[in-house]
Amino acid sequence: MTSALLQADAIHLGFGGIKALSGVSLAARAGEITAIIGPNGAGKTSLFNAISGFYKPQQGQVRFEGRDITAQGPARRAALGLARTFQNVALFRGMSVLDNIKLGGHTRLAANPFTALWYLGPARREEMALRREIEREVIDFLEIDHVRHQSVASLSYGLQKRVELARALAMRPKVLMLDEPVAGMNREETEDMARFILDIQEERGITVLLIEHDMGLVMDISNHVVVLNFGQVIGTGAPAEVRHNPEVVRAYLGDKAAAGVSA
Amino acid sequence: MRIGDFRASYAHDEALWPTRVQQTWLAALAVALVMLPFGVNGYIVGLACMVGIHCIAAAGLNIMTGYTGLISLGHAAFMGVGCYAAAWAAQRGMPTLLTLLWAGGLAALLGIAVGLPSLRIKGLYLAVATLATQFLLVYVFREWDSVTGGVRGVNVPNASLFGFELLNDHRMYYLIVPVAALMLVAARNLFRTRVGRAFIAIRDKDISAEVLGINLLHYKLASFAIGSFYAGVAGALLGYFYRAMTPEYFTLQLSVFYLAVIIVGGLGSMLGTILGAIFMTLVPELLRAGVALVAQWAPRATEILSPVQQVVFGLLIIGFLVFEPHGLLEMWRRVRRVFHLWPFRA
Amino acid sequence: MTGGFDWIALAEYSLIGLLSGGLLALIALGFVLIYKGTGVINFAMGEFMMLGAYFFYTANVMWQWPIWTALPATLAAVALVAGLIERTLLRPLSGQPVISVLMATIGLASALHGGVDAVWGGKNYEMPALLSRKPFIVGDIFIPGQVVWSFLLAAVVITGFTLYFRFSKTGIAMRAAASDPLTAYVLGIDVRRTQALTWMFAGMVGAVAGIVVASMTSLSPALGGAALGVLAVIILGGLDSIAGAIVAGLVVGLIESLTAAYLGGKVRDIVPYAVVLVILLIRPYGLFGTRRIERL
Repeated sequence: MTSALLQADAIHLGFGGIKALSGVSLAARAGEITAIIGPNGAGKTSLFNAISGFYKPQQGQVRFEGRDITAQGPARRAALGLARTFQNVALFRGMSVLDNIKLGGHTRLAANPFTALWYLGPARREEMALRREIEREVIDFLEIDHVRHQSVASLSYGLQKRVELARALAMRPKVLMLDEPVAGMNREETEDMARFILDIQEERGITVLLIEHDMGLVMDISNHVVVLNFGQVIGTGAPAEVRHNPEVVRAYLGDKAAAGVSA
Repeated sequence: MRIGDFRASYAHDEALWPTRVQQTWLAALAVALVMLPFGVNGYIVGLACMVGIHCIAAAGLNIMTGYTGLISLGHAAFMGVGCYAAAWAAQRGMPTLLTLLWAGGLAALLGIAVGLPSLRIKGLYLAVATLATQFLLVYVFREWDSVTGGVRGVNVPNASLFGFELLNDHRMYYLIVPVAALMLVAARNLFRTRVGRAFIAIRDKDISAEVLGINLLHYKLASFAIGSFYAGVAGALLGYFYRAMTPEYFTLQLSVFYLAVIIVGGLGSMLGTILGAIFMTLVPELLRAGVALVAQWAPRATEILSPVQQVVFGLLIIGFLVFEPHGLLEMWRRVRRVFHLWPFRA
Repeated sequence: MTGGFDWIALAEYSLIGLLSGGLLALIALGFVLIYKGTGVINFAMGEFMMLGAYFFYTANVMWQWPIWTALPATLAAVALVAGLIERTLLRPLSGQPVISVLMATIGLASALHGGVDAVWGGKNYEMPALLSRKPFIVGDIFIPGQVVWSFLLAAVVITGFTLYFRFSKTGIAMRAAASDPLTAYVLGIDVRRTQALTWMFAGMVGAVAGIVVASMTSLSPALGGAALGVLAVIILGGLDSIAGAIVAGLVVGLIESLTAAYLGGKVRDIVPYAVVLVILLIRPYGLFGTRRIERL
């Protein structure tokens, strides 16, 4: 059985009087695509934020490669190999596509203010190496070479999401967390994105954790599905199993529909 | 018209001035800068020196505020720190170039201290904190007699390069302009590396920046340090230029002036910094000339030169913010586009 | 035998400090109104005070209008200017980043300051004594009359505004628009009108404060810089809290008075800024300010 690369154990997360997550546990197995689904407000993005390190859970642990990272901040977790994208595209609007992607390589570079101001020498060398690497591994792969010098603000929504994925890939992550990667995309764009995610998993062996509402995508590409509702896990398993889980059907479609599903 | 502009290597693509035309213009500019003092009168050389100093200070402020989004209303105070530090060291025999480093370094350390709270306080609150720092530092300048000479001020020894004393503006020009050029290129270089990119990321979306592994406090402090270093060097050069300095120079008004320079010129751009510095140095001169002209008919005009300058200054800031928020840079880019596309329409 | 600590003096300085805090609270009210209503820190507040004082001087002294005509005329004039500023400057900039709006008010301050200086000249004028100078004597404590009257005036104005916001229809509309403009708009509140009104009220508050301060000191363009010290009050109180402005005004007034008495006038001038730094380091949102939570 493949081991869990990223694990959340019994996470309890609350804000003031609101309980966002109650005892949520999740295991993303190495090399697999794990999907988190659930109705709006179920706590999916809160879970992502807890795993990323933006929220500190009141109880519970986040473990990466077996080690407890609950106390570490987002920047530290990025250095460990955790990359994520956001629901509302979080690109840096003041920069070009290329510069945005280069930021993915931030933790792997070494320039400091002194070498940067001078530029010639070590800073320039690592910039050239990064540029070559990004062109080869990310820009070609995601087919965005034609927009590399454009400002991200001028791109279509679908392309922006692809650039955000590119930036996450430039981190050479071990775990890639995608928050609604195909939200707002049409059929063609969704299929392109699905192809990219599968390639990322198969060719690069990256573990993928994704939040999605598009059931077609989830059923097609995920190895494992976790269902959240009202801050609790109400079902986990392979996609086919989860689809027929009466709790899950009730959460999405109501009691009448659940009654019609065989247990 | 720009044609045949293609890049055959990544190195070429990443260059600051990739095209032949740009390189030619750059060379011409360099020659013009070297020859300037020989072709114009002393007053203009003095103006050129001031533009150089303004460029350095404004570049530092642009790094902090334009690129990293950290609003500072206390930039003038940091220049003051640099100026007094340089004067103190020069009086004790430190060579001029070293005093520049010393001035910048001290200002940078202070910048880091002032920047420490920036993790907890953002935007408006940071602006108010820098405003408070501005007033407190001027108070220190006025009261710390033994070092700053208090209200009477300090005398700055003549600058000298390799034993050669820079006794007049003409000679100071050849210290200030190369230093300014070097520091502007260095500032631009920052943004070709991960350090500068991190600054912009912090400005645009600091949450995203964190997720990419950028330690926010580390880079905000770096931005404060570099920006303040530039202010310190500019302050030191200012001291050498005027040969004497009082605390009244480094007030809130000067801080506001530099903010106007980068807004009018263009936030987040070194070319914008240069354009803004030139423009904002020329405006008072033009006003003075205009008032002198009008004074022939209305003698009272000269009295109100100073308040009129304030009004024009305020209106310029407001005007640019409302009508041309990206500053002179955007106007420059429009002109360039016309030339690049001619004879086709932009 | 040398006496013990001079308690009478301490009581006197403290009382004077608290009472002069009333005026600080009034100026702070102007800041808070604009911040609460439009999210902007108005660096030109001091210039509104200046306008009020100069307009009043022109009407009352230069044109010889009686006080009860000059005062409303001044308030109307300043309200008009403030409303115009909101319309022509702030509205085009709504939605722009913080630094743009901040610089806009700074540019505005510069333009207004220069304008007043150019029109009226830079010399000191003497304002008519609007507040009685007769001191109040409580036991051994000696309080200058102006301090007491300015406090009472400030108290009246602040109370008036607080009641207005609490109970009047327009006041409630303004509070709604300040707290959630989109919802207020959907509910039929003319958000743009309330924002213009906010600026007009803040202008009037500033004008009153300016007239009082000028009559207590003197009329000159230096009046414009007076408001920056009030930043300490609004930071301590919380940028969007009127109650905070009141409490903080009294506290800062007290601190300033005691510092002036025991440490000298020069230290007193920078006390507000030291206070600002200390608060920003320990408790940035002040005593009563609402903490901003960022949505991820």
